[in-house]
Amino acid sequence: MDTLLLKAGGWLAIVFFAFIAMVLAADAGFAVHMAIIALAAGITLWVTINKADYAAIGRGILKAPDPGVYDDDPVRWGVIATIFWGIAGMAVGLIIALQLAFPVLNLNNEFTTFGRLRPLHTSAVIFAFGGNALIATSYYVVQRTCRARLAFPGLARFVFWGYQLFIVLAATGYLMGVTQSKEYAEPEWYVDLWLTIVWLSYAAVFIGTIVRRSEPHIYVANWFYLAFILTIAMLHVVNGLSMPVSLLGSKSYSAFAGVQDALTQWWYGHNAVGFFLTAGFLAMMYYFVPKQAERPVYSYRLSIIHFWSLIFLYIWAGPHHLHYTALPDWAQTLGMVFSIVLWMPSWGGMINGLMTLNGAWDKIRTDPIIRMMVLALAFYGMSTFEGPMMSIKAVNSLSHYTDWTIGHVHSGALGWNGMITFACLYYLVPRLWGKERLYSLRMVNWHFWLSTLGIVLYAASMWVAGIMQGLMWREYGDDGYLVYAFSEVVSAMLPMYLIRAAGGLLYLAGAIVLVYNVWMTIAGKQRDEKPMTETPHNEDLDKPIVGKPAIAPAE
Amino acid sequence: MSSLAQKHKKLERNVTLLGLGAFITVAIGGIVEIAPLFWIDSTVEKVEGVRPYTPLELAGRNIYIREGCYSCHSQMIRPFRDEVERYGHYSLAAESMYDHPFQWGSKRTGPDLARVGGRYSDEWHVQHLIDPRSVVPESIMPPYAFLAEKELKAGDMVKHLRAQRRVGVPYTEEAIAAANEDLMAQADPTASTSDLEERYPKAQARDFDGDPDRLTEMDALVAYLQMIGTLVDFEAGEAQEQPR
Repeated sequence: MDTLLLKAGGWLAIVFFAFIAMVLAADAGFAVHMAIIALAAGITLWVTINKADYAAIGRGILKAPDPGVYDDDPVRWGVIATIFWGIAGMAVGLIIALQLAFPVLNLNNEFTTFGRLRPLHTSAVIFAFGGNALIATSYYVVQRTCRARLAFPGLARFVFWGYQLFIVLAATGYLMGVTQSKEYAEPEWYVDLWLTIVWLSYAAVFIGTIVRRSEPHIYVANWFYLAFILTIAMLHVVNGLSMPVSLLGSKSYSAFAGVQDALTQWWYGHNAVGFFLTAGFLAMMYYFVPKQAERPVYSYRLSIIHFWSLIFLYIWAGPHHLHYTALPDWAQTLGMVFSIVLWMPSWGGMINGLMTLNGAWDKIRTDPIIRMMVLALAFYGMSTFEGPMMSIKAVNSLSHYTDWTIGHVHSGALGWNGMITFACLYYLVPRLWGKERLYSLRMVNWHFWLSTLGIVLYAASMWVAGIMQGLMWREYGDDGYLVYAFSEVVSAMLPMYLIRAAGGLLYLAGAIVLVYNVWMTIAGKQRDEKPMTETPHNEDLDKPIVGKPAIAPAE
Repeated sequence: MSSLAQKHKKLERNVTLLGLGAFITVAIGGIVEIAPLFWIDSTVEKVEGVRPYTPLELAGRNIYIREGCYSCHSQMIRPFRDEVERYGHYSLAAESMYDHPFQWGSKRTGPDLARVGGRYSDEWHVQHLIDPRSVVPESIMPPYAFLAEKELKAGDMVKHLRAQRRVGVPYTEEAIAAANEDLMAQADPTASTSDLEERYPKAQARDFDGDPDRLTEMDALVAYLQMIGTLVDFEAGEAQEQPR
């Protein structure tokens, strides 16, 4: 009873202080955020009081969770949150893609301009969709590979809900114009502080579970999750350093300025890709690909080599976002060299994933989930080749500032992160909800093809757009003058932007097929459909020939 | 190779060693690349003319940040013939030395703005921000008509300047104390601006949005746009030849 009182009192105190801060707020954005925090704490208070088992407390016995099963509640919530935010983030992506083709869609309204919606899209897909997928799968994988239940179950739940609150604060902030303007690190100082608390709790749950493991070895997937969690903590804290104007206002000024701020930001920005979207997702790959293929990881040694070289090299690659800028040349060159070297460990991961299918290649034909995983790895390989190529200064002088970069990011995000996440979701849903199989494997196949077509349209149109922009900007006529005005280059983009939006629409349509499939699976339905394996089998022919003399052996 | 795997067993049986090893491995790159930028003097060249933002410019810059302008506009001209001809002298590190945070950007859906200051008239900017396609038919920029409607509520600029000084921008005590008055004076055509111009050389003081009765967000944003890239006088620099 005492702990219950303490908990309820704590939540009430948060409601109270958030309310005071809302009243005293220096700006509207801060006031709205404090109201959201007060509301969240209020809901938690209500749940704490309502969910308490007073009868058990009265008898002095508390129901202990069953130690014989894994603690999968946060994983199930995480799967649903991943899908929800995924759809939201992709839908906003489609909207802003259409805004570039039809500017009237900015709606002449301050809350719906491209400038405010763009960080909403990037954060929603990277941190809300990707982040929830990472937290949910890491909870699932670390328990299985350690053969232990989650350490600190209460904290594990706090991480999930605290992370959702972070997402809501960040997203609403962007719409209100509360932003630090550092790409992929836009949330303001107080949201950054909140994320730091949530993230350190996440590290405690994850590492605590590893400490409690029953297996002597820490499985390779957990190395990647661990590196991802620690590195993101480091990047987030350093890049987020800033000076609030007022403790009751949203605005802050970055601790760094100009060139130092730029490199700190891209050290962060590139490694949000390197650790959030690569190391974390490689961890997913290292567990789910072998499980789905029913084959062990291809090479243990390769995983050691590529793990350490990948995490060492990635950190250096940030300056390739600043080629030919006012960043000193030595830093640019260092960034370029490490980016090119990074190609090797990246492909080490791809090879280790793909070769895991050794002896099970036929599954690409029969198992659409494996097919998604293979496509994801193929796109991983493709974009980790494209990235080093674009980091070469000569190439970058053409590609930088153009839509080529956007295309590159999306072939990685849609192809690698999206597809591996979808494959993992398809793997997880029947297992987490205790169903025999997915509602429909054929719909997974539909999802696969819709997405693939979408990515192809997206990447191809952005290649063309980007290279065209780069070439038109630098085009000189015989008279020695620049040929194109900037606005002419803008209008030349229209067809490409339309094709890109069509690609995005197909990708979103694929994700909606997933929603339906997952929904029906959880509802316990199974679609009556032809199985995916259709290898012909004729029983009449499947027997030895009798009655004819065997071919005479050679004398 | 097998010995490598044998040695690695130590790491993968001990989460402290593994975590520590991973953390040290990822810390190295940042330390070697970023830390020297803070103490190698030549990182930011010494240039005359760069000064901290006036309170009104800073308020305008905060609107530029709030609206996510950096999503589509860079402020970093690279040293290529076409960029220098299109946008002006390539950007120097010193020109953003007081930019907390930097606004170099990463994408040019719209043109670079590093030297947009003084290129167009105030009227052009106001019209363009209210309805971009009325002046550039090909433009795909969102309309920002609401800026002209909204009164500028920059907050207490004294606090803003003080926060800026805490992160290293050399505002004087005097400038901090006068921040709110300086903000008003810069957009008020009737106010005396001698103090403002003394504190902030080259500061442009006038009504920016065409509505002298009100101080709007449009005033602040246009004041900022009109000063970007104007502080360093590149014309004055003599061409220098290396002595042979």
